[in-house]
Amino acid sequence: MKLKTFCAAVALSAVAAAPAFAQDSVKIGFITTLSGPAGYLGQDILDGFKLAMKDGSLGGVPVELMVEDDGLKPANGRQTADRLLYDEDVKLFTGIVFSNVAGATVPDILDADAIYISPNAAPSNFAGEGCNENYFVVAWQNDSLHESAGQNASNLGYKTAFVLAPNYQAGKDAITGFKRFFDGEIVGEVYTQLGQTDFAAEMAQIRDANPDVVFQFEPGGMGIAFMRQYQQAGLLGNIPMVVAEPSMDGVILNALGDAALGINVSSHWNSDFDNDANKAFVEAWKETYDRPITYYASQGYDTANLIASALEATDGDVEDVSALREALAKADFASVRGDFKFGPNQHPIQNWYALKVVEGDDGKPALKTVGTVFEDHGDAYSDQCQM
Amino acid sequence: MRTSVKIALLIVAAAALIALPIVADAMGEKAFISLATRALIYGIAAASLNLALGYGGMISFGHAAFYGIGGYVVGILSFHYAAGEPLFGVIPGTNQLLVTLPMAMLIAGLFAALIGALSLRTTGVQFIMITLAFAQMVFFLFVSLEKYGGDDGLIIRRTNAFFDFNLRDRETMYYLCLALAALVLVALWRITRSRFGFALVGIRQSERRMAAIGLSTYRYKLVGFILSGMGAGLAGALTANLLRFASPDMLHWTKSGELMIMVILGGVGTLFGPFVGAAVFVILESVLASWTANWQFPLGLILLVVVLFTHGGVQGFVERIVGRRT
Amino acid sequence: MTLFVEQLLNGLQLGVMLFLMAAGLTLIFGIMGVINLAHGSIYMVGAYVGCYVFLQTGSFLTGFAAAIAGAAVTGILIEFVVIRRLYQRDHLDQVLATFALILLFNQGVTMVFGLQPLFVAMPSFLSGSVELFGGLIYPVYRLAIIAVGLLVALGLYLLINHTRIGMLVRAGSTNREMVRALGVRVGLLYTLVFGLGALLAGLAGFMAGPILAVQVGMGEQILITTFVVVVIGGVGSIRGAFVASLLVGVVDTLLRSYLPGLLRQVMVGPEADALGAGISSMGIYLIMAIVLLIRPKGLFPAHG
Repeated sequence: MKLKTFCAAVALSAVAAAPAFAQDSVKIGFITTLSGPAGYLGQDILDGFKLAMKDGSLGGVPVELMVEDDGLKPANGRQTADRLLYDEDVKLFTGIVFSNVAGATVPDILDADAIYISPNAAPSNFAGEGCNENYFVVAWQNDSLHESAGQNASNLGYKTAFVLAPNYQAGKDAITGFKRFFDGEIVGEVYTQLGQTDFAAEMAQIRDANPDVVFQFEPGGMGIAFMRQYQQAGLLGNIPMVVAEPSMDGVILNALGDAALGINVSSHWNSDFDNDANKAFVEAWKETYDRPITYYASQGYDTANLIASALEATDGDVEDVSALREALAKADFASVRGDFKFGPNQHPIQNWYALKVVEGDDGKPALKTVGTVFEDHGDAYSDQCQM
Repeated sequence: MRTSVKIALLIVAAAALIALPIVADAMGEKAFISLATRALIYGIAAASLNLALGYGGMISFGHAAFYGIGGYVVGILSFHYAAGEPLFGVIPGTNQLLVTLPMAMLIAGLFAALIGALSLRTTGVQFIMITLAFAQMVFFLFVSLEKYGGDDGLIIRRTNAFFDFNLRDRETMYYLCLALAALVLVALWRITRSRFGFALVGIRQSERRMAAIGLSTYRYKLVGFILSGMGAGLAGALTANLLRFASPDMLHWTKSGELMIMVILGGVGTLFGPFVGAAVFVILESVLASWTANWQFPLGLILLVVVLFTHGGVQGFVERIVGRRT
Repeated sequence: MTLFVEQLLNGLQLGVMLFLMAAGLTLIFGIMGVINLAHGSIYMVGAYVGCYVFLQTGSFLTGFAAAIAGAAVTGILIEFVVIRRLYQRDHLDQVLATFALILLFNQGVTMVFGLQPLFVAMPSFLSGSVELFGGLIYPVYRLAIIAVGLLVALGLYLLINHTRIGMLVRAGSTNREMVRALGVRVGLLYTLVFGLGALLAGLAGFMAGPILAVQVGMGEQILITTFVVVVIGGVGSIRGAFVASLLVGVVDTLLRSYLPGLLRQVMVGPEADALGAGISSMGIYLIMAIVLLIRPKGLFPAHG
């Protein structure tokens, strides 16, 4: 293990420009999901993050990214964090995709007075009473993501809904969030298993309940499997679907093709946003990577830029945790979603938009922004935070 | 190997193990202490499995169940201690190591008694499959218990309290595990050298013969199985303290497979073999992982070669070199 | 009512997939006496090879052929290099050696195909749903799987009971030593049986591709269930494998579909669903344990 980090350090410093020798690299622990059906989520966050790095540095400070795969297992995340905290003296962590891994890993990081910045998972138990001054979230709070879908479904006039999500914290947050803003009736509520890819039983139940609309939160490969089977079961043309962005990200859209046309999606970011930061990001992605762009990548990019702004302000010093914290809280960077600010619990306050899958300019289905669902929307737990 | 050579080797090994944390610290390799701790804990588990498998000839493919139960006992007791409410309304939670470790062994032993009583009515491949079946049932039971984390596992915020020692300190935990491993080794030494131990080995070699001379083979095997389960439970409880986490992964059948790998790597039916096997496995895993992310590939190759081409694992290999046939 | 029939069909589909796996495994176990944990890995190889070829060429049938060929070749290779040495060894060595093969295959597949799964769509000629009787709408693809599985069952029945090779297989299941003593080329028989088992596993893997994700570790999930089926049905018996696989498939599916709903009468949503999923998973093991305690040789033992 020591050998690997030594080689990585040598390689990084060899690649970095001469001024790098003046400073030690800042170690960033990057624990994420790189394997399994949801592996591309972690890979996209990582690649988006790296896209913001210039010559191996952030904000002019050389950075050593210590990337570890948690394999969607909370135990692995926890062990890795433990090792990085105590054997490698890492003070800054990011990367976790899934809320169950976050639940096992983040408390240890915070206990050790290190800082954690979430590029994706933001379970409700850390947003209210469990908030912590060392804990920042760049993406969104779990519930808010799906509150936007609930509002979208209400705006579209649906009266009854069948809801599905995996049985873990984020899944429960999803259904809670949807219900909070959906003013119709829930005719079916199913918690699937995390990692499940065979939904035959659920399809039968949906057909039996015959709702106006289906809301599902199945991220990554689970989403691809679900949508395919939804189509196969003959439900696609018959029962409309309203989802939030994890269920229809760029990769899922690409895998589904025309089958996805007409689906309503709500999101805090879309590739067609018109600000400078976003245009630069989308172009850089297209040049560097030969795969569809997803909002996970945009979150990785924003996280990197947030860290860059803080490192620049503290001149690369991570030992003074309170100074780093203050610099992070300022959020003084150009986000690809436009304006970015933290709420009182250090989760973002942002707009949410309604998107629709339509035929794009190149004939392939694309996500088009068609309206606004929320403006300056925080989350339901910020009042409970006592920071 | 002559006894005096054996004793000398033993003393050298003991000294090395006691000095290990100091040396590791001096060399700046702090991670090595955690590695050694894990090897010791797995050694306890493998040695316990070896009692049933190596000495008793009972190929249990479900020992992960006892290992995991030990871990969950610690986890559940901690959970109820932190929450302040007693388990089932009667049993208070506790944070004391001196309570949780024996409880873990007791509960694991009870499960071993139940599972063993039913499984030992079968032999051969049916025994292998039925132990696997029971282990899977325990696995799915814990996965379905949302209250104790379910699939995500149970976080144990603080390690158990053991007098004034801080078990989160790497070195303290190492010495605790070393002491317990030594105790387990001594216990196994006494058991295998006792009448009970010889009877067990006799049953493995020929059950019919032992039954013919009047031994109740079922009872002997069951006791062996229970003892083996208790040892695995102890290892699980230590793991839960080390990781401060109890998860269904500890109960998965692949964990049973890993324990069997350690036993065979070190030498089936030998006293020190399982500890050596556990150490080899943990070190291999670590060394290979630092070379390549695909470390399971060379591990699989090594295991395959060991199974197919060696008899008696590492300890057998060493003894053959030193000149004694196994 | 239609919901029940639909779930029943789902159970049948699962059962048929299990049968494809269990048929091969029970023969390997029954005739060669080898516990082969690597059977799940052959399933995975069939899925990967077939689905990869399908993705590259766009032709489902080409992928189909590739899957079967790839799996059979893998099977024969494994038999030649590893399994052959295990015939005389005890069960522990067999378990460990084939466990090592699992590690090798899982990692090998990752090295060739990467960490992330392959996602294949259903072939267009098998996509969509049809209306069966009484307003029941069911996906064509799953009906196709059921059809293929039943056809294979029929084919195996004819092979085992009405051909000379089948007779040798039956004889080998019942009394291995006698077959050898009678001068049959046992080595060749073993290789053929292993190859057939591997072929069926590869077929199952490829057909599962569009439904489940083709990912590393997919073999382990179905392997344990397959062993349960083999033990319940009786080692060495194809008829036993058929009955047991349908039984397990239907029971498992019905438990998963109805138990969470039942539990919701007494518990909150997420807890009920988790407990329901857990108990449903325990269900088949419970059945196996009961069968082992009452009839240790299984429902239709080949050894009489």
